[in-house]
Amino acid sequence: MSVLGWVGTLGRRTRSMLVILGQIARFLGMLITRTGIVVKRPRLVVQQVHFIGNYSLVIIVVSGLFVGFVLGLQGYYTLNRYGAEEALGLLVALSLTRELGPVVTALLFAGRAGTSLTAEIGLMKAGEQLAAMEVMAVDPLRRVLAPRFLGGVIAMPILAAIFSMVGIMGGWFVGVVLIGIDTGAFWSQMQNGVDVFDDVLNGVIKSVVFGVAVTLIALFEGWQCRPTPEGVSRATTRTVVAGSLAVLGLDFVLTALMFS
Amino acid sequence: MSNEKVDVWVGLFVLLGAVALVFLALRAGNLSSFTLADTYSVQARFENIGGLKIRAPIKSSGVVVGRVADIRFDDTTYQAVVTFGLEKSFEFPADSSASILTSGLLGEQYIGLDAGGEDRMLASGDDIFMTQSAIVLEQLISQFLYGTAESEGAAP
Repeated sequence: MSVLGWVGTLGRRTRSMLVILGQIARFLGMLITRTGIVVKRPRLVVQQVHFIGNYSLVIIVVSGLFVGFVLGLQGYYTLNRYGAEEALGLLVALSLTRELGPVVTALLFAGRAGTSLTAEIGLMKAGEQLAAMEVMAVDPLRRVLAPRFLGGVIAMPILAAIFSMVGIMGGWFVGVVLIGIDTGAFWSQMQNGVDVFDDVLNGVIKSVVFGVAVTLIALFEGWQCRPTPEGVSRATTRTVVAGSLAVLGLDFVLTALMFS
Repeated sequence: MSNEKVDVWVGLFVLLGAVALVFLALRAGNLSSFTLADTYSVQARFENIGGLKIRAPIKSSGVVVGRVADIRFDDTTYQAVVTFGLEKSFEFPADSSASILTSGLLGEQYIGLDAGGEDRMLASGDDIFMTQSAIVLEQLISQFLYGTAESEGAAP
């Protein structure tokens, strides 16, 4: 291919990416202007929190527990070399509240809740349910998408906090019960080193941002998908890929902004 | 599932999230060590504060009696001005001395406050005159090297 053709391809890709970014931004604006439904019909949002949050609880708790176990084992292995195994609590708590809690929860959230949102919206579109709503003068963005968006944004920080808590308990179990670190030193080192605002609050802010990003991408892919079985399956795949990449990219940016 | 059941489950879910946040703040974090006790501020000047940070603890006999409220640089005396926030329930004699210490070999730096013997107590806005700067490892090593070179005389 000639150099000119290559440059042309690059330009076309950039332009289409910008178009998608603009569409997502407009979509977010449309959703936000329709969030008033939470006041009018709160039950719709409660149902979505139930569907998105409660049903994700099992995978979040189990993953958090095992991440905590592994952090305890691996952290002990490294810290033991420097005779600082008492700092295990600090290591587990800082890694979970600052990074792993929000990020791993968001990745699991994209896989567990994001895909189901995309598939649901996509199938509604394929079955022309959304079009039927519009015919009946019901705004599908307001009736179907906005409650799901709010549900995801509410559920995600709660799930991340639960993940961190369960993970710390897992680290405690491995460190104190299995390995035999002093339980007082474990907790006091943790309390000395973890700051409520610098670490815990910033972790919560991260999880809120990830919740917005993942839910937005999932709904957008469902809303924009081609209304065929193949289109829905592709949109679901893209939700996981784009959602995970967005989480990792945003995490880097937020970490650089918050902790430097 | 009926609406009431959904409500109960969502309520439990949100409650669990709140419990997790409280756990992170109190059990893992240092919210429990935040004191809302009234403080009075005292200033001290140091030649070198090393790695002292705002909110570092101020300890007397190893017990936390306050926290560092502010650190500034005074460009007339070229010294660091550290403002202490001491809890109102603790009073110290006016001739108390402050030194910057390190907990453990590589731990965080804190201020050690040693009580003096004067009858007058420190009040808000007072200055602490007797201060000892942080020990900088490089200076310590160079002093040590200089000292050994001097005691051994000229190189053999």
